[in-house]
Amino acid sequence: MEPMTGTAFVVATTIKILVFFVLLLVFVALSTYFERKVAGFIQDRSGPNRVGPLGLLQVAADGLKFILKEEVEPGSSNKKFFFLAPVLGLVPATVLFAVLPFASPLPTQWGLMEMIVADVPVGFLYVLAIAGLGVYGIVMAGWASNSKYSFLGGLRGSAQMVSYEVALAMSLVPVLMLVGNVQMPEIVSAQQNFSTGPAEYGLWFFLPLMVTAFVFLVAGLAETGRVPFDMAEAEGELVGGFHTEYSAMKFGMFFLGEYAHLITTGALITVFFLGGWDIPLWQGDNIRVLADGTVIGEPTWWKTVLTFGAFSVKTLALVLFFMWLRWTIPRFRYDQLMDLGWKVLIPMMMVYIMLMGLAMYLLDEAGVPVGWRYSGVLLLINLVLMGALLWGLDRGTIVKGATANTRRRAGGIRGRVTPAAPSEMD
Amino acid sequence: MPGSVKVVVRPESSASYVRAISKGLGITLKHMLEPNKATQQYPDEKWDLSPRLRGTHRMATHEDGRAKCVGCGLCPTVCPVNCIKLIPAEDENGERYAAVYEIDEFRCIFCGFCQEVCPVEAIHLGAHYENAEYSRERWVYDLERLTELDHPFTALWDPFDPASE
Repeated sequence: MEPMTGTAFVVATTIKILVFFVLLLVFVALSTYFERKVAGFIQDRSGPNRVGPLGLLQVAADGLKFILKEEVEPGSSNKKFFFLAPVLGLVPATVLFAVLPFASPLPTQWGLMEMIVADVPVGFLYVLAIAGLGVYGIVMAGWASNSKYSFLGGLRGSAQMVSYEVALAMSLVPVLMLVGNVQMPEIVSAQQNFSTGPAEYGLWFFLPLMVTAFVFLVAGLAETGRVPFDMAEAEGELVGGFHTEYSAMKFGMFFLGEYAHLITTGALITVFFLGGWDIPLWQGDNIRVLADGTVIGEPTWWKTVLTFGAFSVKTLALVLFFMWLRWTIPRFRYDQLMDLGWKVLIPMMMVYIMLMGLAMYLLDEAGVPVGWRYSGVLLLINLVLMGALLWGLDRGTIVKGATANTRRRAGGIRGRVTPAAPSEMD
Repeated sequence: MPGSVKVVVRPESSASYVRAISKGLGITLKHMLEPNKATQQYPDEKWDLSPRLRGTHRMATHEDGRAKCVGCGLCPTVCPVNCIKLIPAEDENGERYAAVYEIDEFRCIFCGFCQEVCPVEAIHLGAHYENAEYSRERWVYDLERLTELDHPFTALWDPFDPASE
């Protein structure tokens, strides 16, 4: 079957945009519900359960509340940017979905419909560019509010995002080295187990590239700006940070944006490291449209449904994992956050990229064919590196007293603070 | 700068992060998997109230529905916060009754002295606590309302059975 062309392509794309925008919003709404349920369960409560069956209509009640509440606009705020900021908070998270393949191609009578809104040749760059836009909403909100707390939140947010953006981009380099292509469907199919066709690795990339998957997880979490990386919000210190001055639906937009970001990050990890829409241990879903239009595998509608199910399950599992993490660990202290970003993740990724490049070069030189054996060797290397990384993180690399560095420099005794003499006290 | 700030310094070798996070995740997972242990669905499920709970007042009645109160005036006298308003009267048979009997439940401290002092066991406190109202006036319970209430009377403390066994 031929891929879609002409009018059919335009119509199909429009339908895909509409359907998946609505689906995303439904998932966002559901994830706010799940968040509250997970929080409740972890804290031995029951979460929302009064509105509708199992409290499911709580989402609708919240939405209604957001719309009906009064919108307060601080008199000293910059009206234009104050209005624009929530939009910029929500839009990047949603448009990121355009380049993510979420199911196997669907055969229709007008041709084969690829289940991706825009299969752009620079999908990977698009992801990084749009993910980088996410911070503008926060900075703009912090600046336009004209309030000190919002301003501090905006500053913190921008510094954090800029730091972790680097680690995020670098953690994708090993993936690109393995795939040799920046198109998202190619990244997915490289993780499947094709018997014919171009190169594949037979393993989802979180195994042969375990360290980079871990870094992407951490940096992605930092990009969503949630606990333990919610420095921009920090309700205990900055009374809500960048959205202190926001109310009603404007706040609701930030709220939706946060959850859209969460789902998008989950979907990105799914595509890059968990095999995208691949169903594990089943060869029937190995469907791929090559650049010249030939189709490998047999696309059917039920395979599309199944693979979409697999994609959703993986994404939701990651979202639930993020929520579990959020309700477990406290916020990083700001210097610890910066330490983790600049002193651990970025240098580590530099070394790691070189190591992986070396390993792949040696494997190619040794004549190991691309396949499960190739990725198996990478997996072994990664297990060792991962162990070293976790061991290093566990040795107080990040979490140590704020005064530890100054004291060491001054030559003081470790673990003991000498009180200043009375004469020095003023 | 104050010289006596206590700074707790952990030795770097024990500043765990990975182990601490894994342990924390384990704890939260355990709680997540057996949820909802502590919650009581309050308006649907009520508490088991102690028989000695001192809550909203209630006036005991004779079988014909008349309040037992004889208007002796002991309860307004003993009331430490002055929340009982009583105007006694006498009917054609020469029997005394309360023409006006009002208790301001806002002012009441639920000490239970009125119940203890009542010679005819007319006024009681009761095992009832949901008194939300839309106006302050509604918190002044008149005789009619006090007789209509039907929650259990508060059991008085018995000095010969101090633990109520």
